[in-house]
Amino acid sequence: MAEIAIRQVRKSYGRTEVVHGVDLDIGNGEFVVILGPSGCGKSTLLRMIAGLEDITAGEIAIDGARVNEREPRERGCAMVFQNYALYPHMNVADNIGYALKVAGVAKAERARRVAVVAATVGLDGFLDRRPGQLSGGQRQRVAMARAMIREPKVFLFDEPLSNLDAKLRVQMRIEIRRLHRRLATTSVFVTHDQVEAMTLADRMVVMNAGHIEQIGAPAEIYHRPATRFVASFIGMPPMNLLPARATAPGVVALASGARLMLPPGWVMTGGDVEVGIRPEDVLVDAESGDGNRLPFTVEFIEELGAGRLAHGTLEGIDFIVQLPAGASMTAGETHVLTLGSNALHLFDAGTSRRCRFDAASPMAGVMQVPVVGLEHSVQASSA
Amino acid sequence: MIERTPVLNIATHAILVVGLLIAFLPMWLVFVAATLTIEQINNPPISLLPGSELIANLTAAWNRAQLGSKMLNSLFVALLVASGKIAIASLTAFAIVFFRFPGRMVVFWMIFVTLMLPLEVRIVPTYAVAANALAPAQAVLEVVGIAWLWQVLTGVKLALEWNLLNSYTGLVLPLVATATGTFLFRQFYMTIPAEIVEAARMDGARPLRFLRDMLIPLSKTNMAALFTIMFIYAWNQYLWPILVTTDRANYGTAVMELKRLIPTSASTGGGTPDWNVAMAGCLIVMLPPLVVVALMQRYFVRGLIGADK
Ligand SMILES: Nc1ncnc2c1ncn2[C@@H]1O[C@H](COP(=O)(O)OP(=O)(O)OP(=O)(O)O)[C@@H](O)[C@H]1O
Ligand SMILES: [Mg+2]
Repeated sequence: MAEIAIRQVRKSYGRTEVVHGVDLDIGNGEFVVILGPSGCGKSTLLRMIAGLEDITAGEIAIDGARVNEREPRERGCAMVFQNYALYPHMNVADNIGYALKVAGVAKAERARRVAVVAATVGLDGFLDRRPGQLSGGQRQRVAMARAMIREPKVFLFDEPLSNLDAKLRVQMRIEIRRLHRRLATTSVFVTHDQVEAMTLADRMVVMNAGHIEQIGAPAEIYHRPATRFVASFIGMPPMNLLPARATAPGVVALASGARLMLPPGWVMTGGDVEVGIRPEDVLVDAESGDGNRLPFTVEFIEELGAGRLAHGTLEGIDFIVQLPAGASMTAGETHVLTLGSNALHLFDAGTSRRCRFDAASPMAGVMQVPVVGLEHSVQASSA
Repeated sequence: MIERTPVLNIATHAILVVGLLIAFLPMWLVFVAATLTIEQINNPPISLLPGSELIANLTAAWNRAQLGSKMLNSLFVALLVASGKIAIASLTAFAIVFFRFPGRMVVFWMIFVTLMLPLEVRIVPTYAVAANALAPAQAVLEVVGIAWLWQVLTGVKLALEWNLLNSYTGLVLPLVATATGTFLFRQFYMTIPAEIVEAARMDGARPLRFLRDMLIPLSKTNMAALFTIMFIYAWNQYLWPILVTTDRANYGTAVMELKRLIPTSASTGGGTPDWNVAMAGCLIVMLPPLVVVALMQRYFVRGLIGADK
């Protein structure tokens, strides 16, 4: 077990910088998931921790010791690769035991430990097979076992589940979680699958274009996205974002002219903002409720089984609403949506960062006047 | 495009059979000639059916050309060339593919250029080096003045000499020092997924360990292919062995000695040329490469088409 400290780490390939100064502290025994779109630099970051990629600038320390100059074998990390990277000419037992063989562990001891680890991941009957004779899920287990046998200080996973079918992926996810509960080894897990990230992580790191956008517990990231990017990246379907302009204290206007009243406490520094609301936080045809009421024109309905998604437009902006399974709504209809005051997120259009919400704040700046009189919802209309 | 076309099938088979006949006819003639008596072979038209003198002719050829010791020489040289080539090729390709070092591309291109200079083209300089393998070193020492310094200090003229003529080293080294195998291995190494290399690094394998535990087992079929090619190449060498061996009794190779079986006015003394014995010698000398191909063929084909993955 170990803690990892990442300080202002940068990575350049030639003249292009792909990781721009990342700071991250990973605690002892923590399971951290790095999530981000393709090409954002998550693998690069992971590989710098592993020692497979040079660190252009900054420092990575494991257990307090700088590891920048150390070879992978000297860092105490084990890695599970996306394509498993099993040695094709060795059988399962030799694949799992290779690290021990290199380390000079005696044959009998090696066989014993291979058997133990293989049993842990359910590979007992397969020790004599070649990787080519295994299914994808079994190969995945071999890769896991190979990482486990060294009893490393840190587990590194680079999208280890993305080559499995949906069902197996869920199953392996649970097994990884269970394994972590038992071994409590510090783990860094890279994925671009947000469900995987949310379910596995103690703490999530959302990356975009070589930057860390937000670090936090899955629930916190979901409920309080720190940037516009996180808001739109996390959540399925993604959060609705409505570009707006602050016109008066506590009031923003959409492009159509419709006005939205904001609860008091949002601290806005600029004029242009984006108002966000998750599709599941919208109320449809609510009799009462605190929030802004706006007309919504349905374009089509997506059936999900457990619920339905209504796609349409709200004040001329594409908008998605999540409906309960039984809800009746058909294309072409117009419904009144209630955007609850407490469900709103506000992002500064200039910096893309979440606006500060401080109910008790004394206002500082032109737009920072708390609004009173939102006890009854305001019907905004566009003529 | 795979279609059922009976006419085309027959035509293609006919072409195949004709091609096979054309390829085999000379071989058949050699075989037939080796079974005839000296009178039969010198009486045109030549028979197309084998005679009864095969054993006698083989024995005669074997004894006259001392094929026993010469074949051993050839075998020794061919084995050394083939294994030396595999060792050099796998190591140079290893360096080029898996290491980033200054001048890597320069080295790569220098090796590449030697592909365009087969032994026959550079035979004169190669011979000069074989006559004194240290001549290039001597030249360098003279140019930089160390030879002169040595002479002034010790009073002895510095003359490095390492003669490779009439030695197995001389027969083998120039055949080993070519680029063909390096490219075969380079192509294969480049197909090895980067993740396997990285997994081995994470497992703690250093480069030589990786070479031993991963690359060598994985490239077995390539090695078999290269072995076969190089064995035949070395076995069939004629020009180079003739140049470097004056001591034929000790270092002559089988292919060189075949020449001795070819009847000339000198060897027959004006008598009838015994082509039957020469052909019998051919049969004997052809045999080892055939055996190697037969034994290696399974791996050889797989290695060349890279289907072992
Ligand atoms: N060897 C390389 N040379 C140049 N650029 C590279 C190299 N490796 C990666 N990159 C670039 O670095 C960026 C980050 O790559 P990285 O592999 O870390 O992405 P990722 O977040 O893991 O994406 P994915 O989800 O697709 O695996 C990409 O823009 C990629 O093009
Ligand atoms: Mg990646």
